[in-house]
Order: sequence, then C-alpha cells, then structure tokens
Amino acid sequence: MQFMLLFSRQGKLRLQKWYVPLSDKEKKKITRELVQTVLARKPKMCSFLEWRDLKIVYKRYASLYFCCAIEDQDNELITLEIIHRYVELLDKYFGSVCELDIIFNFEKAYFILDEFLLGGEVQETSKKNVLKAIEQADLLQEC
Amino acid sequence: MHEEVSRGTPDLSYCLADPMRIRRASFPKLQSLRPEVSGFKKAEPGGPGRAGSHGGGGEREGPDEAPTPARPGTRKCWGERSGVETESRMVVTSLKLQDLIQEIRGAKTQAQERELIQKECAHIRASFRDGDPLQRHRQLAKLLYVHMLGYPAHFGQMECLKLIASPRFTDKRVGYLGAMLLLDERHDAHLLITNSIKNDLSQGIQPVQGLALCTLSTMGSAEMCRDLTTEVEKLLLQPSPYLRKKAILTAVHMIRKVPELSNVFLPHCAQLLHERHHGVLLGTITLITELCERSPAALRHFRKVVPQLVQILRTLVTTGYSIEHSISGVSDPFLQVQILRLLRILGRNHEESSETMNDLLAQVATNTDTGRNASNAVLFETVLTIMDIRSAAGLRVLAVNILGRFLLNSDKNTRYVALMSLLRLVQSDHSAVQRHRPTVVECLRETDVSLSRRALELSLALVNSSNIQAMTQELQAFLESCPPDLRADCASGILLAAERFAPTKRWHIDTILHVLTTAGSHVRDDAVANLTQLIGGAQELHSYSVRRLYSALAEDISQQPLVQVAAWCIGEYGDLLLEWSSEETEPLQVEEEEVLALLEKVLQSHMSLPATRGYALTALMKLSTRFHGDNNHIRQVVSIYGSCLDVELQQRAVEYNTLFRKYDHMRAAILEKMPLVERGGPQADEEGKESKAAAQLSEAAPVPTEPQASKLLDLLDLLDGPSGNAQHPPPLDPSPAGTLAHLLDLPCAPPSPEIIQRPSLTTWSSGCLQKKKVESKESTEGPVSLTKHTAKLVDLL
Repeated sequence: MQFMLLFSRQGKLRLQKWYVPLSDKEKKKITRELVQTVLARKPKMCSFLEWRDLKIVYKRYASLYFCCAIEDQDNELITLEIIHRYVELLDKYFGSVCELDIIFNFEKAYFILDEFLLGGEVQETSKKNVLKAIEQADLLQEC
Repeated sequence: MHEEVSRGTPDLSYCLADPMRIRRASFPKLQSLRPEVSGFKKAEPGGPGRAGSHGGGGEREGPDEAPTPARPGTRKCWGERSGVETESRMVVTSLKLQDLIQEIRGAKTQAQERELIQKECAHIRASFRDGDPLQRHRQLAKLLYVHMLGYPAHFGQMECLKLIASPRFTDKRVGYLGAMLLLDERHDAHLLITNSIKNDLSQGIQPVQGLALCTLSTMGSAEMCRDLTTEVEKLLLQPSPYLRKKAILTAVHMIRKVPELSNVFLPHCAQLLHERHHGVLLGTITLITELCERSPAALRHFRKVVPQLVQILRTLVTTGYSIEHSISGVSDPFLQVQILRLLRILGRNHEESSETMNDLLAQVATNTDTGRNASNAVLFETVLTIMDIRSAAGLRVLAVNILGRFLLNSDKNTRYVALMSLLRLVQSDHSAVQRHRPTVVECLRETDVSLSRRALELSLALVNSSNIQAMTQELQAFLESCPPDLRADCASGILLAAERFAPTKRWHIDTILHVLTTAGSHVRDDAVANLTQLIGGAQELHSYSVRRLYSALAEDISQQPLVQVAAWCIGEYGDLLLEWSSEETEPLQVEEEEVLALLEKVLQSHMSLPATRGYALTALMKLSTRFHGDNNHIRQVVSIYGSCLDVELQQRAVEYNTLFRKYDHMRAAILEKMPLVERGGPQADEEGKESKAAAQLSEAAPVPTEPQASKLLDLLDLLDGPSGNAQHPPPLDPSPAGTLAHLLDLPCAPPSPEIIQRPSLTTWSSGCLQKKKVESKESTEGPVSLTKHTAKLVDLL
C-alpha cells in the first residue's frame, strides 16, 4: 500500500497515512485530486478506479470515505478486506464508531492503524491481538 | 452551543442520561452500511450546534456506564484533564485539544478558522519555548490536528524529537506520531531521531520498541535504515511475536530502501517460516516475497521452500479453522493471499515448482466458495497464480471458469476484477474465455462505465468468424445506447471486426452502413475511404449500395462520413440508382431531379463539412454524364459555386465550369467510373486525381499535339497506375493500338484478347476515352505517336 486517506463527504481530511516519501506539497496535491475524483463517483459504481499509475480502492462507511492506493500487482479484493478490518477495529475500540469519534480522537485512529498495518503491509491478522496491544498501550499512558 | 460545553468540572448529571444515545443521534455509524448490522440511523452529521453537545467534558467517557475494557485509558484521561484544568486556568486562552477541535468546527468561515488557528499556533509555539514539558504532548497533539487541516506545522518538528527522547510513554507515543506525520527523509531533522530510535529499540519496553519500529518502517530513510540494521535484526530474533512481526516488516521496508541489506535478513527466513504465529508468518512471507522480487539469486534460493509453503497453505485451507483469524468462514484470507502471491513468484517460469503447487491450487480453487468478498479475494489470487505459472491445462480452464463465475456475481467489484483478468487472458487462453462469451456480452449492459468499457474490450477481442454475426448484432445494440465516451471505440471495433470476419460483402456493407447511421460522428477518418474502397470493389453490389446509401442520405444528412460515402456513391453509380431492379425487395423509384435536389441540399446545409461539400459537388458533376436529362441544373449549381468563399470548393467549381464550357468533349471521359484504388495505394483521394486529370487536360489543350499525346499517356498512366497491374509500359502500349484499331467501330467492340487478360484494363477499354480523343481535332497527331508504339508491339510479336 502506498497511502491511505480518510475523508468526509465534504472532502475534509480525517486521517492520512503515507507509506511513501513525498513532499508536503505533493501530498496536498494528491489528496485534493483524489478526494475530488472519489467524491465525483456515483454511489452505484464499483470500488476500484485507476488513477495516475496507481490502483485506488475506496469504500464509503456512513459519512466517511476510506481510500487506499495500491500497486499494480496488489489484490484489490483483499484491500477491501483490509479496509473493512480497520473499520471493525475502530468499531470495537470506540464502540459503534462514527465519524465524530475519529475527529476527536484522531491520534487513537492512527495508533490503531499502526497496530494493524506496518510499512504498508498487514502485520496482524487477529482482531483480538490488535485490540489487546492498543489496550496495553493505553494502560501505559495512564502511568 | 458553547453553553453546553463544560470547561470546568463536567456536569455529571448530564452523564446519567444515556450518553451513547445522545452521541449516536447526530452521527451515523460507520458500520451501519454492512448488511449484517441492523437498525441503523441515517442521521446527517450535525452542525456545529449539535457537535457542541459532544465536546469536552465527561459525557463522552460516561464514567457511570460500565467502561468497556477497550477504553481504560479514557477514564484516566478525564481525570487527568481535570488536573490539567487548574493549569489551563492559568493559561486562560490556550485550549484543550478537544475544545480546540470543537472551536475549529464551530468556525463559520474559512477566515474565522484561520484566525483561530493562528492564535492557537502562537500559544503552542510559546508553550514549546517555555511551557511545561509535561504538557508538551498535548500541544503537539493540537499541532498535529491543525496540520491535518492543512496548516503549516514545521515548528513542531523539534518538539517531536524532544518528546521521543522523553522517558514517558505518553510523550513517546505522540512524539513518534508527530515524527511520522511531520518528518520525512527530505528534512535534515529526520536523522536526529535515529539515536532516539536506537536507544528505544535496544533498551525500551515492548510497546516503546513497537513504536520505534513502526516509525522506522513508515518514514525511515536509507541512512537511518543502515544505522539501525543491527538493532532491528536483534529484535527479529528475540522470542516475542509482537516484536518479531514488527521487526520483520521493518526489515521489508529497510530492504526497499537499501537493497544490500537483503543479505542481512535473508538467512533468518528459513527459521521464521516455522513460526505458527500468523502475524510473524505473514511478515515472513512478505519478507521473502520482497527478497525474491529484488534478486534472482534469492529467487532461486527460496524455490526450495515451495513444498513448505504448499504445506502451510494446505493446513490453512483444510484444517486450520481459527475463528480468531477467519473472515466469513475463510481461514486468514490475508495470509492465504500472501502465500499465493509468493507461490506465483516462485513458480513463474519454473516447471518443477509449478508442478509442486498444482494440486494445492486446484484444492484451494475448489474448496473455497464464492460467496463473500474474502473468499473471492483468495480465489482471485489463486486465479492470478494459476495463470502466471506453468500450470496444467485443466487448471487453467478451472481458473477461467472461476472468472466466469465471478462475472455472474452480484457484487460489482468481483465482476470488475473478473473482466480485467479475462482481458489479460483472452490472447493466451482464447478458447477457454470464449466459453464465457454470453456472460461477457451481458456485462455490456452494466451501468458502471468502467465495467462496460472492459466488457466492450473483451467482447471485441472475442469476435471470430463463427460468431461475427451474433456479436455484431449485440455490439450494434450496444452502440445505440452506450455512453458517449465509448462510442468511438465501439464503432471502430465493429468496423475492424467486420473487416476481418465479414461473411459476405453485402453484410459488410450493411454493417458499415449501420454503424455510420448510428454513430457516424464517432468513426475514424479512414472509415470513409475503407467503405468507398469496399463498395468500389464489389461490382455486383453497386446497385444495392447506391440505393441503400441514397435512402440513408435522404433521411439524414447530418452524419458526415455517411454523407461523404453516399455522395461519392451517388456520383459514381447514379445511373444504377435510376434503374429499377426487380430483385430489390423494396424497389426504389428515384427521379433524377430528386437526386440532384438531395445533393444540392447537402451542398447548402450548414451541417456539411467543407470536405463533404467537395464530395457533393464532384458527385453532381459526375451525374452530368450518368444522367440523361439536360445538365442545366448541374451547370447552374456549378457556376454558383464558382464564387464560393471556400477555396477548395471554388477551385473545383471553376474547373468543372471550364469542363462544361470549353472541354465538354472530354467531360465524359474525365468523369468516368473510378477504377479500383489499391488499399493504401499512392493516393486515397480520388477526387484529387480527377481534378488533377482535369487540370492537366485543360493545360494540355493549347499546347501542341506531341505533348498532347504524351499527356494522354500520362492520363492513361494515372488511370492505370493505381490498379497496380500497369507496371510495365510495354504491356500498356499495345492496348491503345488495339483499341484504336476498333476505334471507328463501336467503342465497346469486343476488346482484343490481350486486353481481356488484363482485368485492370477492362474498365478502361470499355470506356470511351480513346474514341473521344480521336474525335477531337487536336488528337489527329495522336495516332502517330501511338502507332509508334504499335510498331513496338509488332516488334515484340
């Protein structure tokens, strides 16, 4: 995976995870263009699109778009599963998660993502283990 | 709205009401779109007013509710915040993170937001300079939020360093997050964290080590990676799976940055493959994949683990059913997909490895049901692997059939990947893909353009001589209703397919006609030339073609390619148009005047392109010889266009006018029926040739006779050249002599045997060119030079 973006239906960025080195300006440009492209899609269209030389996989959950950019040889269908797994993790953590949770607790959203993916690859396939790790880290934060 | 926000001690009574209910009312749940989850509310996100009820304070945590184990930290955060409250009262204007977020969301204009953020950033900067180090992480968190909104935050970079270096876990957590968001290899500052990372990797507690590895794998530059290799390697080897899996993936990143490091990590892979922990295993497979993709030596080295991989996957698919790792009944699809991908790389171009995995692939393909996306993902990867390695034929057919099944899946995404893959396979496994042709054709009706585009490409690739008629029908139906951006491709596709596989010329002409009427404006430029070529060559269909084209033209003169072809045809075969053929199912009674009126209409229409007008004018001119009525009407039109603003038209009109007035005797000869132009021959513009011929003759007239005759021969060359048979002058020359001999007799006298044998000259000898030449006074000398050639013939004989 090259990057993952979360944005609202109004195009406001809620999370950005970049796994490739790009300048701030480039990131902003890519974000702007991609957000525009994805928001222009009609609801019944399929979740994949080709953009520049990347494959974009996106899925909308309520008011949030989850958008990943993968490489040519990556499997699109499994990327959909990755997105879904992340939403499930957020859901378990926040208890029926909604966009507001991610807005007000964006650092937590990052921490959870970092326990699920590392360097753009899946690091842990057990939901239980990911949530356990977050729990332990949260406990540590109290001390 | 702000009244509700509790800046001080949260109002506990508020919490006793169901906080969850209050919160839920404003924001739809992310999970609500999954069909399994029932009873969701589709409430729109609340405006700032409602958001206010969620900001700050205690009702978010709902301490009176049984706190879920997943959020133990939040309770403390609340308490912590109260402690901070006293402090923040001292720095009255600085906001807490949650409050800041809320205020920003409350800003009504962009300017207001900017102002707010600028003020806050000033506070943050001040705090960084001389504020409480314990609060630094909060300040940075605020800065990170502001950064996400798009505002500059580079002054926070040094703070990240300080926080990372701090012993407190809270500091490190935010500090590393900041580093990942604000620092990257373009900034020199990034190297400064290398030391901190090194310390954390070697001496930190597990979570800290985890943070360090995560940061390294996200933004680690080549230098950093080189510096930290030893530490990462050590972590790779220690027992905790939590760290091992992270270390392995960090190694993957390091190898991507510094390929030489492959040598460091390669030796450990064999051992790691024996791991049972899914995370570690997954990381290992990813690592091996990366190594193999980078080095052919590594690829060869890892081929020997193919049996082991096969075993792991087999266990996963058959026995390993761990609920913890499975999705919709598929055991750890992430791991399966990764293994399949590695197998693909190892089996590519390698007979032995491919053979080892054949059975397993068949097993995975058959044992995984196509139902949910997870299983489809695994099947898809399996198909990709089968197609890429040296698999048995039966296996390949199985793979194509899986794709065929995908095409019938109700999920659009599955259909998309199936169409993409089939497109890649259509060349190599044509017959297997052909079996799914009906399903592919069905996909033409997709509402999503990206799907119907792929379906179109695939359909065109599947056309062959046996299905051409059925497919053309489907494609023409599609052409009528398809979205505009696909029209051009569809039209050219149909025309190409028709060209390759047309069963009969008549069918071919019909098809092209249909395409031109449906999508005339989208066809490629050479379609006109191709069609005229086709019609010209099908002599038996001249009558049919001209009728059909006339009818089409009479209905609609807006589709330019159609109009051009029709005009040309009418011009060429106008005489056939007037004849009534008994074999036509719908006999077409056409009067000369009607035809002329139609061509005139084309000439005058504002929809006609200049080129089209040119065609129409020339056609009108040709009809002066084809039709038997007087040519006054035509002469009129031609003379009018002599003063047309369009230069090309004007030139033609003037030349034709001259033809009428001064060279009427040559008119019929010049406006002869065209001989067949060779495809891709020297010149596709027949109109140009005619004009050229006319021009040459009009030049030739005043010049003495000798050149006249040579011009005549030039003309002969012109007419004969494209036919391709008149390669050698000697064969050409006897013919004039031959026909000259019969000159005084009927022009259509039985041609001499030599001429019959040369089909290219048939049209010529049946024409009247020679006759006219002799009748004109200038050509008395003609026979002289020609007899010279006759003499040559005699010599040859």
